[in-house]
Amino acid sequence: MTIASPAVVSASKLGLTFQTNDGPVQALSNVDLTIGKGEFVSFIGPSGCGKTTLLRVIADLEKPTSGTISVNGMTPEQARQSRAYGYVFQAAALYPWRTIERNVALPLEIMGLSKAEQAARIKRTLDLVNLSGFEQKYPWQLSGGMQQRASIARALAFDADLLLMDEPFGALDEIVRDHLNEQLLELWERTNKTICFVTHSIPEAVYLSTRIIVMSPRPGRVSDVIESTLPKQRPLDIRETPEFLAIAARVRDGLRAGHSYED
Amino acid sequence: MSDLLSLSSITPRSWQGYAALVLLAGALLLWPLVNATPGYGIGIAALIFFLLLLAIAADNFPPAIGVVLLFLGAHGAAWLLLAGITGNEGTARASFYLLLAAAWLLAWRCVTILSALRPTSRWAATALRLIIPAIFGAWILIIWEAVTRGAGIPFILLPPPSAIGVRIANSLPILAADVRQTIFKAVIFGYVVGSGAGYFAAIAADRVPFLRRGLLPIGNMVSALPIIGVAPIMVMWFGFDWQSKAAVVIIMTFFPMLVNTVAGLAASGHMERDLMRTYASSYWQTLFKLRLPAAAPFIFNALKINSTLALIGAIVAEFFGTPVVGMGFRISTEVGRMNIDMVWAEIAVAALAGSVFYGVVALFERAVTFWHPSVRGG
Repeated sequence: MTIASPAVVSASKLGLTFQTNDGPVQALSNVDLTIGKGEFVSFIGPSGCGKTTLLRVIADLEKPTSGTISVNGMTPEQARQSRAYGYVFQAAALYPWRTIERNVALPLEIMGLSKAEQAARIKRTLDLVNLSGFEQKYPWQLSGGMQQRASIARALAFDADLLLMDEPFGALDEIVRDHLNEQLLELWERTNKTICFVTHSIPEAVYLSTRIIVMSPRPGRVSDVIESTLPKQRPLDIRETPEFLAIAARVRDGLRAGHSYED
Repeated sequence: MSDLLSLSSITPRSWQGYAALVLLAGALLLWPLVNATPGYGIGIAALIFFLLLLAIAADNFPPAIGVVLLFLGAHGAAWLLLAGITGNEGTARASFYLLLAAAWLLAWRCVTILSALRPTSRWAATALRLIIPAIFGAWILIIWEAVTRGAGIPFILLPPPSAIGVRIANSLPILAADVRQTIFKAVIFGYVVGSGAGYFAAIAADRVPFLRRGLLPIGNMVSALPIIGVAPIMVMWFGFDWQSKAAVVIIMTFFPMLVNTVAGLAASGHMERDLMRTYASSYWQTLFKLRLPAAAPFIFNALKINSTLALIGAIVAEFFGTPVVGMGFRISTEVGRMNIDMVWAEIAVAALAGSVFYGVVALFERAVTFWHPSVRGG
């Protein structure tokens, strides 16, 4: 894999130490990372390996305590101020007093878009996640999968080139998750966005990514980087091919190596 | 007693029915109803027995007719009992109370049947929701009336509700003037200003850290001020008219709103706030689009608490000096004149006004916080 286009995210010697009541906890240590435009990068690892923290550092929701990081060539804070990314959380976090339509409109309102522009974008993004016809529903009237799709629509609505997703399908059942994985790939292909995707599911990571970053805990660090050799067109049954299983095995080895360090 | 014979084949279907039958037999044994002449005429007494037996037998009829007969029998008998005791105060004998108890048990049976109904149409469900508590409330008044008149309780201790009702009907202009003075001036003004001040103080405390540290403890102290001590001081500051009462209401309603709004502003989740951060949303945008809507259930809690506090505050404050009008003024002076029925009339009006006030706030709450699990149900 060569990075032809300029880096969207680039970090070097990144470290983050939380000060807790039990003393300092090193959440990230010495992370070097470059993500190119149009890549689909998954971060995988056991809980406590810092994968969510890394995503939050990219999003400027946490400040690193050492090293440097740039997003779109800016500091994460400047990138956040210029609305460079859309963030999808573990839960849909839709506001229950707003309809699906108004939830998708939320970032557009904050960014001060005109009513006409808002309406056009709401329609386009709800089409993109197959939620047309549910504009007037309230979030609590929809299933968990539909809620998460609405939250993806909300992250896409303002057309940031970078999409940060923190275990977005973690709380959903496997059938819904397969379906959403398929739709996400389709969406990625159509929009050509850069996606950073945190997960703890090996098949999900291998199925979706062009690159898989395996992380290990205490302190959180990158233990392996795996380039996917899978083609861009990926039907769901690609998961039974030997190529897929080989990559999955390498990810599993990487995860195990990270753990044996401990024992 | 020919009615009794013609209905001798009746069989009750509930324990209330059996108990009512036993009470009827007891009432016959302990005849007459009152120690007075003429007391109850034989025709009226027979009609009471007939109505109660009809109500006991009603369980054997088709349900729709049965529940109507049960209702009419129990309440018709109660009404005849009350009509007969008026003018014979203090002369009731055991059989009077036994018949009243029988009527009460049958009304209980009636409510039991009504509560078990599962109506299909909306208006029937609404009607049932109103009828059941209405029967409950009516029986509180019936028993109150029967006991005060039957036992001849002195008027000064507890007047019968019918006397209070007559007093209300005869004093409408005075009551209206009192309501205007106390509720439409002092309570409404104090409630709006006190709740509004609490609300904006909470936002200010949220925005400015030193206020949060300084204002909350002070607010806490203000809420602990005894209203009895503050009211006369407010009268000295703001004069005898409604302004001093409004000031007391402001002091009482400020703190519940402050505390609830501060708690409500902290009620939005981390994820929702992080979301706003990723949009680079300003403080005010986050406040209006996330934190205030999320705080709405807390704010309405305060509004409901304040609706009753405001009424109490205004009425009590009027005990410490007022022009010759107002609910609190009326209560304090009419007690002095031993016009206890007027005091009860004011209490009834205050209870009604308080319920309406609370109900209006609760309706607004349902409309605004329709999305909250406690309102949408699940």
